[in-house]
Amino acid sequence: MEWDALLLSRLQFAFTIGFHIIFPAFTIGLASFLAVLEGLWLLTKRAVFKNLYLFWVKIFALSFGMGVVSGVVMSYQFGTNWSVFSAITGSVIGPLLAYEVLTAFFLEASFLGIMLFGWKRVGPGLHFFSTCMVAIGTLFSAFWILSANSWMQTPQGWAWAEDGTMVATNFAEVIFNPSLPSRFAHMVLAAFLTTAMVVAGASAFALLRKKALAESRVALRMAVLMMALVTPVQIMAGHESGIVAGEHQPAKVAALEGWWTTRTQQPTVLIGWPDEEAERNHFELVVPGLGSVVNNAESEDVLPGLDQFAAEDRPPVWITFWAFRIMVGMGLVMLTLGIWGAGAWALKRLDAATWYHRALVLAAPSGFVAVLTGWITAEAGRQPFVVYGVLRTADAVSPVPAGSVATSLLFFIVVYSIVFSAGALYILRLIAKGPESDEPAPQSNQPPGTPLGAAIEEAP
Amino acid sequence: MFGIELSLVWAVLIAVAVFLYVALDGFDLGVGILFPFAKNARERDQMQAAIAPVWDGNETWLVLGGGGLFAAFPKAYAALMPALYLPIFLMLLALIFRGVAFEFRHHGRERGRKLWTVAFSGGSIAAAIAQGLVLGGFVQGIAIEGEVFVGGPFDWLTPFSLLVSASLVAGYALLGAAWIVFKTQGELAERARRWVKQLALLTALAMGAVSLATLGVDARVTERWGLTMTSVDWPVFIKLAPLPLLAGVILFLMWRGIEERKFLRPYLYAVCLFLIGYVGLAVSLWPFIIPFAMTPADAAAADNALQLMLCGALVMLPIILAYTAFVYWTFRAKVDDDAAYH
Repeated sequence: MEWDALLLSRLQFAFTIGFHIIFPAFTIGLASFLAVLEGLWLLTKRAVFKNLYLFWVKIFALSFGMGVVSGVVMSYQFGTNWSVFSAITGSVIGPLLAYEVLTAFFLEASFLGIMLFGWKRVGPGLHFFSTCMVAIGTLFSAFWILSANSWMQTPQGWAWAEDGTMVATNFAEVIFNPSLPSRFAHMVLAAFLTTAMVVAGASAFALLRKKALAESRVALRMAVLMMALVTPVQIMAGHESGIVAGEHQPAKVAALEGWWTTRTQQPTVLIGWPDEEAERNHFELVVPGLGSVVNNAESEDVLPGLDQFAAEDRPPVWITFWAFRIMVGMGLVMLTLGIWGAGAWALKRLDAATWYHRALVLAAPSGFVAVLTGWITAEAGRQPFVVYGVLRTADAVSPVPAGSVATSLLFFIVVYSIVFSAGALYILRLIAKGPESDEPAPQSNQPPGTPLGAAIEEAP
Repeated sequence: MFGIELSLVWAVLIAVAVFLYVALDGFDLGVGILFPFAKNARERDQMQAAIAPVWDGNETWLVLGGGGLFAAFPKAYAALMPALYLPIFLMLLALIFRGVAFEFRHHGRERGRKLWTVAFSGGSIAAAIAQGLVLGGFVQGIAIEGEVFVGGPFDWLTPFSLLVSASLVAGYALLGAAWIVFKTQGELAERARRWVKQLALLTALAMGAVSLATLGVDARVTERWGLTMTSVDWPVFIKLAPLPLLAGVILFLMWRGIEERKFLRPYLYAVCLFLIGYVGLAVSLWPFIIPFAMTPADAAAADNALQLMLCGALVMLPIILAYTAFVYWTFRAKVDDDAAYH
């Protein structure tokens, strides 16, 4: 392994997007949660919903801010580090990213201002409208970025132009490429579940400490409902995503399943230690034949193993294999907690189930872990290609010296560590404090400097 | 499609997006640049409150500028970004600090609050410096062979780009000061009035210096303006002379606007001043999208991509401008004396 611009650029991209993705994953779900809370409040006029809104909107503002700044970084890295990729694919996925800016980013950024600071300046209807616009903006954004990313996974609707760049022959095919529907559904549901796990953890923590009881009970129920209903759907969406990958990206599936040999009746490798040198798994624990069943194959169907692909065309097996297992593990954790919660709720024991509350606090980050490892599975599984089967990552990198990339990577690590640990600290502090239970008295004389604080006090 | 070159339409659209970024995020950054000159924490809070609801939308124009360049002119994007790698990363890192500081300043305790106050102004200053370096590096041209950047990592670092950088800091500070005049009242607004005057002079001097220095960047610029160090080609120059003259008039009007205690006018005049500098730059560099190396037609994406995006832009840009205007209208009140407006 050589520390050249290619490796450093890959590390930098992985590092910056790994940090970035957890914020959109959280804010997509949180924005919809806030819209639901505000809608329920307008409908029922119950103070709990308003108190919950005002609590979670603070956490939303912090996360959204971090998502924005780390997202601006992403939008420039295509050019700075992957300029050859940009030059070649610009005519195909450029428009998708342009549409993301035009339909999503401005919508989110503009209405966020009203959402946070507009309590006294617009009526409740317009305020609710702004919250909905922010929520819709996050979903639009997810759609376009996943369309572009899915096209990189399952490219279609393009052709080579004379100058060696790609052009779209059919934009509908580019946008609605084969892996988009399942990957978009999988990502949005992942965002909802990520938020549900954090909300559940924070509410359980408050209940354990006997704080803001009415609010925490309501929020816990909303989160449990989400977990119990959405986790099974999410598992199906993930399954569908895997089936599509099996059709279009067999090397990725072979790597994440840990299949080295092409055969019928592929096993499910529960755990194991893939060894790329020896081309086998050490210490593996398998269920024979189950892999083929899970991948919707008949018993006589031959499913490709990694031996079908030349060594230089295989994704990094160890990373893909383990990232996939951790993601699935987190999904099982969420499923268990969803069923457990629904059961406790049905038995009217949800508020007193102390062990359940403790488990929820512990599992609060499980959504983030699942999103990160799921993303690693998808992206590492696409290697060694940046556009699957078409353009190699090694051929996509910018002509920049390794020293420049090393410098930027080093600074990113330092800056992200400072900024995002501070952000995490502030969010955890807010969660530890919990939602306000009773209405704060409105003050006419606002302190000018704490806009968010003021926004909270201005709330009707 | 419309009887004109699509690449040209997109060059104009991106130029407009970048200008909107400069005019809007320029005052955000300017407020950050002026942060160290605030008297106390309350004034800093007022200054930040003057931009907090709108900064995020303003910064999105930068994403549209960058994303638009990628989408509409992938070859220009692919050549420029590696050439300006280090200043762009400086800008991104600076924008990170500045962006999170809006929220973090209110969550930090004693030391954290101080840290994020410094991060806000330091980030704003560094972002302005970096953007100046990017602009300077861009204007002076980059080394391209075929369609690929072949220069070194520090090619952008020249006395010229440092001059542009210093000028941009002064110009953004002027926009910021004029915005503070518009959005605040009392002691802070009074002081900001003085800042506007001082910074207007400084910006005018800087623009003059950058204009002269730009003439030296390439013989084609000198020819375009009809100006060399020793001679003036009057028939050529006379056509462009209205630009510097107009700048002088605007400077005078800005001064009077401040004297007559107008709220919004100083800011609008400052934007006009930037516009003139921008047009002057466009005149100098025309018809290149990467100075002296690539024209929009050379760098453009495929026609069907440009068409698809144009459809989106024609539908979405009016909507975006409408709700942006609505947001600004919603927050039209001065930040200090809130009660007076409700």
